[in-house]
Amino acid sequence: MSTQTAPWIILFSPLAAAVLIFLIGRFSKTLSAGLAILSAATGCFLSWWLFRQTEVAPQLSLEWLNFGPELTITIGITLDHLSKVMLLVVTTISTLVFIYSTGYMRDEEGYTRFFAGLSLFLFSMLGIVLADNFVMMFIFWELVGVSSYILIGHYYSKDSAADAGKQAFIVNRIGDFGFMLGILLLWSATGTVAFSGLLSAIPGFEGAPVYLTVACVLVFMGTVGKSAQMPLHVWLPNSMEGPTPVSSLLHAATMVAAGVYMLARIFPILEVVPDAREIIAWVGGITCFCAALMATQQNDIKRILAYSTISQLGYMVLGIGVAPTSSEAMFHLFTHACFKCLLFLAAGSVMIAMHHETDMWHMGGLRKKTPVTMICFIAGMLALSGCPFTSGYFSKDLIIEWAVLKIPFLGWLAAAAAGLTAFYIFREFFVVFFGKARSEHAEHAHEQPVSMLVPMLILAVPALFAGLPMIQEHFFTLSHPDAHAVPHLLHPFLYAMFFGGAGLAALLYFKAEKDPVSIPLFANRLYIDDVYFWFVNKIQGGGSIVLSWADRWVVDLVIVQVPSKLTWACGFALRFLQIGSIQAYAFFFGAGVVGLLYIMLSK
Amino acid sequence: MSTVSPLLFLILIPLVAAVLVMLGGKSRTVSLFASASNLILLLVLATKFRPSEAGFQFVSSFPVVPQLGINFILGADGLSFVMLFLSTAVTLAAVAVARPPVENDRWFYISLLMISAGVIGAFASVDVFLFYMFHELALIPTFLLIGIWGSGDRQAAAWKATIYLATGSFVLLLGLIGLYLLQPLGDRSFDLRHIIQLAETGLIPDNPIVYLLLLFGFGTLVSLFPFHTWAPQAYASAPAPAAMLHAGVLKKFGLYGLIRICAPVFPESIQALLPLLLVLIVGNILYVGYVTIAQRKLDTMLGYSSVMHMGYIFLGFAALNVVSLTGASLMLLSHGLTVALLFALCGEIRERTGTLEFSELGGIARATPRLGLAFGFAAMASVGLPGFIGFASELMVFFGAFVGQPTEMRGQTAAAAEVFRFNSIQIVTICAVWGIVISAIYMLRAYRKIFMGPLPERWSRLPDLAGLPRVAVVLLIGVMLFYGFFPQLLVNLVTPALLQP
Repeated sequence: MSTQTAPWIILFSPLAAAVLIFLIGRFSKTLSAGLAILSAATGCFLSWWLFRQTEVAPQLSLEWLNFGPELTITIGITLDHLSKVMLLVVTTISTLVFIYSTGYMRDEEGYTRFFAGLSLFLFSMLGIVLADNFVMMFIFWELVGVSSYILIGHYYSKDSAADAGKQAFIVNRIGDFGFMLGILLLWSATGTVAFSGLLSAIPGFEGAPVYLTVACVLVFMGTVGKSAQMPLHVWLPNSMEGPTPVSSLLHAATMVAAGVYMLARIFPILEVVPDAREIIAWVGGITCFCAALMATQQNDIKRILAYSTISQLGYMVLGIGVAPTSSEAMFHLFTHACFKCLLFLAAGSVMIAMHHETDMWHMGGLRKKTPVTMICFIAGMLALSGCPFTSGYFSKDLIIEWAVLKIPFLGWLAAAAAGLTAFYIFREFFVVFFGKARSEHAEHAHEQPVSMLVPMLILAVPALFAGLPMIQEHFFTLSHPDAHAVPHLLHPFLYAMFFGGAGLAALLYFKAEKDPVSIPLFANRLYIDDVYFWFVNKIQGGGSIVLSWADRWVVDLVIVQVPSKLTWACGFALRFLQIGSIQAYAFFFGAGVVGLLYIMLSK
Repeated sequence: MSTVSPLLFLILIPLVAAVLVMLGGKSRTVSLFASASNLILLLVLATKFRPSEAGFQFVSSFPVVPQLGINFILGADGLSFVMLFLSTAVTLAAVAVARPPVENDRWFYISLLMISAGVIGAFASVDVFLFYMFHELALIPTFLLIGIWGSGDRQAAAWKATIYLATGSFVLLLGLIGLYLLQPLGDRSFDLRHIIQLAETGLIPDNPIVYLLLLFGFGTLVSLFPFHTWAPQAYASAPAPAAMLHAGVLKKFGLYGLIRICAPVFPESIQALLPLLLVLIVGNILYVGYVTIAQRKLDTMLGYSSVMHMGYIFLGFAALNVVSLTGASLMLLSHGLTVALLFALCGEIRERTGTLEFSELGGIARATPRLGLAFGFAAMASVGLPGFIGFASELMVFFGAFVGQPTEMRGQTAAAAEVFRFNSIQIVTICAVWGIVISAIYMLRAYRKIFMGPLPERWSRLPDLAGLPRVAVVLLIGVMLFYGFFPQLLVNLVTPALLQP
């Protein structure tokens, strides 16, 4: 095994698994799950092996399109520290979620289709991680989009799932529109799409600064779509229609983080475009606060986590915007992948125990019925809410510190969002696991099999401890702001936020029978979804119906009623068609054929 | 003169088959056998083809009207080979999915075979006049298929298509005559090689009027906005095999002609009249795109979507550089395969349910999982998902169009970067990229409405895709995936044919 071949094996073994499952998976459920897990575990093993290699051989790249120096597109590998860390995150979490899925999906229909979809997703995701140029990244970017579409729509006979998949794909395409334009702009300024070429060309770029800013913001649109930043965040909560392992792997831990990873990949370009970074910071900061607001009033256990994911992705994007390197955002991506994945797996375990009930007001008192799940949930919850010395505490606080230094308003906004985070996740915790059982299912809930519990317990370890300095330093070289520069008030404020949020949630929800708080603005997600609904149906739908009508009656009429130009044509056509009998047509054919044969054979 | 070109057999096989069917041969068997052997013959020829050599190969020439410089010249270069492959592959698929009414299925198959012979002849012609004649040969049976075996308001649809296409053909003929007259007296010919040679040496003046005649002649045949309204109606009414052959192959004739004839002969006129063409392209992509969104029936939606996709090919043509023209050429193939597949599946759905209204359909993937899977592949190919050939060709069109025309290639964009102002073709490219969102909207909605959601009781016993149609569908998908993974194979084939001036 060499460092040259390992990435290719990591990349293509999930594709091989997907194709095999597609072809022969229907013969055996065990076989399809086995193939998927085997490919993911191979990738996981090789990723850890690669991570420990300090010397990396130069990587191969295959030509995909070649028009000479102007435009050459390759399928090639980037293997640097960034992609190695991301490989670890993606393959390790995938392996755990795949194993968990064998338990979660055991009684579900479309078992093999599900594992084929997961393997396809893993392939696409690894393609993004390993891509050495923008077009290759875009290719895999679109492929994760379609695998997400397939997996969200797993229960395609359900209207809501079918709609959610469609919405996710289309909203992502809006982001991809900008992404593609950004790639075109960067390419036409530098003549290359390769990351290495761009990184060396952009710092010496002698065009208008606004050109680069526009190009970077357009590329960032790809992130806004994929990482569900405002205003393109609406698809992510709806994507919870997919099976919970999908929500956990794609829509929390890895796929949605691809946008952040892409920004980290082009960070050296962003560094020379401060205006673009400021825009990125604002989008991230506002998203992290608003999504946390929306999360406080949701009642679906998965949707709360979905808004939480949006909010946490906002922190990462903010980190790209304000931190001096990309490591800070990547660090939060790393810890978030662990604890959010864990939270979703725990939520899935609760859902199975509850026979697919997701409204938390029908649950309650599950602490006695599903104790292991609860312990895992607590681990994830503490990390998410930034409880001191858990992983989330280290990674989130670092981003907030930088934000307070760079753009104070956003920094304090993000700090306030941390309080909301503690509030909404403790709210969910108390309602689900405490109080009285509020339904039949809740009374008869039971703990889940080992195949589900083990992955959760494994994930609980990094969720709690991955942030500790002696562990994180193996993965990241973080830069901390000067301790004196950070406002003294910040850390006490953050502690107050954590304890305040958690305490308030305990006060309100510890024994609540129904929600004592009602804020329609937050419950209705700031009415953003409604605005979109209105726009799509009334403006776009109405507009296109008007156009369609015009096409039928106006365009046609104008064209046809230019009689002076067309009289002859009508006459010509009339003569042609009005003969009207099949014999006449046959005669013409025969005559034509004979004529042609004559022409061909007479030299 | 020279030896007989093996390309002649590609034309003769369907013609002979048509005669056999007429004489009472088993129509379906004969047609299938003929179109399968044609595809095999083409693949054999492809192995003998030497892509590294420029110019036409397998050339044979017989004088027809030597006084006028009209000759029966057959020959093929890389671009023609791609089109011939498309023609033979789609013919086979169309015959495979054909389900004509039993009483006069003979004439149905004869019409299909005639179309096939016509398009193959057109794409194998080196003589421009012959090229035109073969196209006309293919058009007539198309009208018949729509008018006689169509559905819905088939008479009106056939009428409308006839009026538009006959007009287009006429304008095109005027343009070709103009092209002939532009040549110096005494040295006039319809031989494409001759014409291009003259154009290279500057002996054909770059005449904008002739260019416009050709543009609108060819354009109407390809449903260039605003001369597109015939297409959705005709495809909605046409029986599936006819829609496959026309939208997939025959319609590509116009764009093929533009790339073949106009691009090398009229580069300056194209440049001078670019604003006009660009406006029409925006019409094709954005206007028609939004009209497509409003459709409530699968067949008209596919018809409009195929009009919309023509806009990308026009854009590739308008930008006139190697990347964009290659992209346009590849899109001829990718769109041809995709739309043929979509119309085939559309026909399969109609066959089973008797309706294509979105409001009446729903959830049928549960009853017909293979059909649902196939349509999923087709829809994804149509929205330009990477992995399918459509993505590679779209990408080339976008990249090519964004740098604009070759004379200004790098200089222009560098200038754009300095003052940050887009030129007109870049703005149109931006509109075209928005097209990827539009096509996702209507394609996924169609898929959602037809295949997803709860399955109504009345569709619960639909038979799944099986037999020959299934084989044809798998083959079409396989080809799209293969070239989607290895587009460079096609690029190597096509670029030498485009690099003339």
